[in-house]
Amino acid sequence: MKPPPFAYAAARSVEEAVAALATAGGEAKLLAGGQSLVPMLNFRLLRPAVLIDINRIPNLDHIREEAGGLVIGALTRHRQIETSARIAKHFPVLTAAMGHVAHLAIRNRGTLGGSLSHADPAAELPLMAQLLEAEIRIANGRGGRSVAARDFFRAALTTALADDEMVTEVVLPALPPGTGWGFEEMAERRGDFALAAAAVTVTVEDGFCRACRIAVIGDGNGATRARDAESAIAGGPKDAARIAAAAEAAAGAVMPSSDLHASAEFRRHLIRSLTARALDAAWRRAEEART
Amino acid sequence: MSAATEIAIRITVNGTVYEKTVEARLLLADFLRETLNLTGTHVGCEHGVCGACTVLMNGDSVRACLTFAAQADGAEIETVESLGTIERLHPLQEAFRAHHALQCGFCTPGMLITGIDLLKKYPLASDAEIRDGLSGNLCRCTGYEHIVRALRAAATARDNGEAGETG
Ligand SMILES: Cc1cc2nc3c(=O)[nH]c(=O)nc-3n(C[C@H](O)[C@H](O)[C@H](O)COP(=O)(O)OP(=O)(O)OC[C@H]3O[C@@H](n4cnc5c(N)ncnc54)[C@H](O)[C@@H]3O)c2cc1C
Repeated sequence: MKPPPFAYAAARSVEEAVAALATAGGEAKLLAGGQSLVPMLNFRLLRPAVLIDINRIPNLDHIREEAGGLVIGALTRHRQIETSARIAKHFPVLTAAMGHVAHLAIRNRGTLGGSLSHADPAAELPLMAQLLEAEIRIANGRGGRSVAARDFFRAALTTALADDEMVTEVVLPALPPGTGWGFEEMAERRGDFALAAAAVTVTVEDGFCRACRIAVIGDGNGATRARDAESAIAGGPKDAARIAAAAEAAAGAVMPSSDLHASAEFRRHLIRSLTARALDAAWRRAEEART
Repeated sequence: MSAATEIAIRITVNGTVYEKTVEARLLLADFLRETLNLTGTHVGCEHGVCGACTVLMNGDSVRACLTFAAQADGAEIETVESLGTIERLHPLQEAFRAHHALQCGFCTPGMLITGIDLLKKYPLASDAEIRDGLSGNLCRCTGYEHIVRALRAAATARDNGEAGETG
């Protein structure tokens, strides 16, 4: 058998799951979609003593409207996010990104909570959490807490979660009216992890950019906001020079390295062009939203 | 809630109910092949990349190498053996035959199951969309072109309302 031996239990509630994590004292792992955890078990990169299956916990896969934004349960499958009319209405950029997440059989199982907790540096959902300034709601035995995406992701495969904590919900705050979006990704095949990706929102009023967010994937550290690139756009009108400056700044915000998939140089080139395209599309959509 | 290394499961595979006690770490793929002797489900990479082990779980395609048998307790599993027989092929199998969509056959069970789920969930309006849909299934013989043609034929038959095309 490929995976190392472990004891298995299916939790029936969040309370049960976090209590079991606490009891195991760092020797347990939660099992959600299993699409990242089980490969690691099959490679024996991990040897947890206990697996706590959270798939049978009820009411953790909701997509609910709250204060103009959305609250999404941690067990919501990628496929549900991909096809949700509510998400398409509030956050079409997320719908667009989901088309690039893995393959149908993986999307049928993989979960939002699992993707954020795993924090693969090339994964789209952490990128979306950074772009959309998600709040991540966490259960533990101490009354729970909520962590902003910018503090949640610490490094590749590393988050703010303690050993006895579980993500329960993700809050996506409403975007202001007049906001357009852009999402561009380059991968070797559809569904492969991104070589590079850029996700953008632009809020336009009277032809001027009131707010701009740019998040990129392109190095081993994981999705990051390109703040200098955002500053190059915010406050000004749409023009090619500003977009070029922002694209250059975005390429400077990542520290790619070369591997067998792509050189560092090519990855930077990708960030530059994907950011420019995403900005252009976002601006166009913002103007369409206004008319 | 107590964790155990041996789990009793009740699972329906291709319409037959099985009650077994399995090791917690037993993968669904190995359960199907070794415990039930249903060797139609193939095991290639064992980390989710190649797609050969794809089966339907409660109607959705999943990787049997990334699912524990214990997780399938209470579930309905359909494998390639549920599709057709040599005398009476499933329409998608027939499309694969007609378009020469297989050579060595190793990837074929996963291709068929994936194809069935794709036909159920996506318009497959262009060959590009079919290729995107098949991106999680590796074939080292055909170069994919004939698999795309088989899916194209099946999607066309589905859109023309010809019965049975999506299983
Ligand atoms: C072939 C293949 C291709 C893929 N391609 C992509 C891709 O292009 N883009 C992409 O983004 N992803 C991709 N993935 C990964 C996929 O999206 C995973 O589903 C996802 O990263 C993890 O989600 P999961 O629910 O499967 O988590 P699991 O594998 O179950 O868990 C992952 C980790 O998170 C922990 N965890 C799970 N849920 C919680 C929770 N609620 N609270 C706290 N911790 C939790 C687990 O303990 C584990 O450490 C791919 C996977 C495969 C196999």
